[in-house]
Amino acid sequence: MADYTLETAEDRVEALRRMVTIREFDTKAGHYFADGEIPGFVHLYIGEEAVGVGTCAALEPDDYITSTHRGHGHCIAKGLDPELMMAELFGKADGYCNGKGGSMHIADIDSGMLGANGIVGAGPPLATGAALSISHQDRDQVALAFLGDGATAQGQVHEAINQASTWDLPAIFVVENNQYGEATPVEDQHNVDQLSDIAQAYDIPGVTVDGMDITAVNEAVQEARKRARDGDGPTLIEAETYRYHGHYEGDEQNYRSDEELQQWKDRDAIDAFRSRLIDRGELTEEEFEEMEAEVEETIADAVEFARDADLPHPQEAYDDMFGESVPEIEKFANRARTDGGDSR
Amino acid sequence: MTAQAELDGQETETMTVREAIRQGLREELERDEDVFIMGEDVGAFGGVLEVTGNLYEEFGGEQVRDTPIAEAGYVGAAVGAAATGTRPVAELMFSDFMGVSMEQIMNQMAKMRYMFGGKTEMPVTIRATEGGGMGAASQHSGTVHTWIAHFPGLKAVAPGTAASAKGLTKAAIRSDDPVFVFENKMIYEQKGEVPTDEDYITPIGEASVEREGADVTVVATQRLVGESLSVAEDLSGDVSVEVIDAQSLYPLDTETIVESLQKTGRMVVADESPVSYGTHAEIIARTQEEAFFSLDAPIQRVGTPDTHMPFSTPLEQEVLPDGEGVQNAIEKIV
Repeated sequence: MADYTLETAEDRVEALRRMVTIREFDTKAGHYFADGEIPGFVHLYIGEEAVGVGTCAALEPDDYITSTHRGHGHCIAKGLDPELMMAELFGKADGYCNGKGGSMHIADIDSGMLGANGIVGAGPPLATGAALSISHQDRDQVALAFLGDGATAQGQVHEAINQASTWDLPAIFVVENNQYGEATPVEDQHNVDQLSDIAQAYDIPGVTVDGMDITAVNEAVQEARKRARDGDGPTLIEAETYRYHGHYEGDEQNYRSDEELQQWKDRDAIDAFRSRLIDRGELTEEEFEEMEAEVEETIADAVEFARDADLPHPQEAYDDMFGESVPEIEKFANRARTDGGDSR
Repeated sequence: MTAQAELDGQETETMTVREAIRQGLREELERDEDVFIMGEDVGAFGGVLEVTGNLYEEFGGEQVRDTPIAEAGYVGAAVGAAATGTRPVAELMFSDFMGVSMEQIMNQMAKMRYMFGGKTEMPVTIRATEGGGMGAASQHSGTVHTWIAHFPGLKAVAPGTAASAKGLTKAAIRSDDPVFVFENKMIYEQKGEVPTDEDYITPIGEASVEREGADVTVVATQRLVGESLSVAEDLSGDVSVEVIDAQSLYPLDTETIVESLQKTGRMVVADESPVSYGTHAEIIARTQEEAFFSLDAPIQRVGTPDTHMPFSTPLEQEVLPDGEGVQNAIEKIV
């Protein structure tokens, strides 16, 4: 069984907790990025939590996902540890990638997380490849690619879907349509009415679901997973959602109105799911507040862990290029050891 | 190690480069079920240059998989497969098509292990044909191995003999790193002695001294290894030419090349890639770093003179580096 599903009240509360965790993680990531404590750049998942959590709740723990530049939510939904994630964002040696990846490259193969990805549209071919491994070794898994609306314009995405469908591979493609590819509205980048329409070109099911409704997302992915495991090939799911922050932190967002943002916030996925659980008697307001407090503490602990963790030793820059190292890199590493890297 | 020393005591069989590669592929497909071949027309058709031949009949469509004509997609799938427990061998029919798949090569295949802090293996092999000489014109004749040898996180090999064609193919497949095997298509019919031992490999990162000599070192690759050996034979009596097959471009066996230069004091680098900013320059830079004071003459480059490969025979012959070019370079410095 998955770590969590949406089948029991307990599962649903756990799913809500993950959504709240994502929002809190990314709120703090944005905060410490603005402070200058997190280097580079970050893309926040706030607003889209129902897609990541609804999807991963339909997967088994050893299923694979590929992610995007906006990957923190996928990581938490898939069960990665916020401490090690935050440490990675802070560029610390204890982070998931020992500080070599940062926000856009968090990966944990053991958790089935094949990497956030800084290249729009690069994940689907990797997911098709993971599905090929699964098929080749006859394993009971699926590989799922998260991709954005913008990525559906990329050629390699179509190549990946075509191969997965031609070979009936156990793959799933989840398009997170958050209405903007970077700063350009989705309708200015695509000619189809719905991005799920592109599934027709590959003769696979293409469905559009409300990405603010975790149940709708979850049901669609469950069905897609069953189809994939039955040997019937991939499904393309478009989840309509919205990012509350800019494409990246610091984005001026002059391409959208406050009214539009508010309309989506009025349909907030966390609010909606929380209300539903309260209405059904599966959660009380007090319990939710308690959950929020616990999550805040978890993320505060993650920040503290990240802050206290050691920076990588500069010499580690020479590690991990290859499984079997090469004399070229050994030579550069040795020079750096002896002269501090001043002359190469 | 010298080529002869390597073959001494080994049981060998005479075969073409094409057969040697196929034998290497066959042995690895047999040895490990996680190894599979993928590419355009590599299956039932047998490969457009007939390298995979009858492997599809022997191993079936799961292990010898035909792909759509979509280099980005299937090279990307090879990367994803390699990260998740299998060992794909993807074929690029012509290395000129590498541009189509370059995103997956440079941003995924080359970087995943490093970006992820060493948390993934990347046992992927890419076979790609290179080289002019068959009137295939500019988009089917390129020699692009410098791009790959230059790009961090990738290994590049380029066999010049039948033995190394088999040995390097097998070493690439057994490696947990991404390895590109660049096959010059004009030497597929070239014959040589090939060890029959199923565990015979040519270690990545080792050059091979194909002929010993005292006056000048020719560091050659691919087709130019054979052509340089012919030149060495023609010149024997007048000039004693040492011919080294670099075999592995990255990592490069600097030590073997430098040792040879320290003996001969003169060097020619012969590689079909374009001359500027390339493989020749890297070999020369390393030798001058290590053995500047052993040099008795300026090092010479033989390669494609920065043009694309033209179609018409006189044009193609004009720019295609060959034995005559190697001989001219030798005579200039000896």
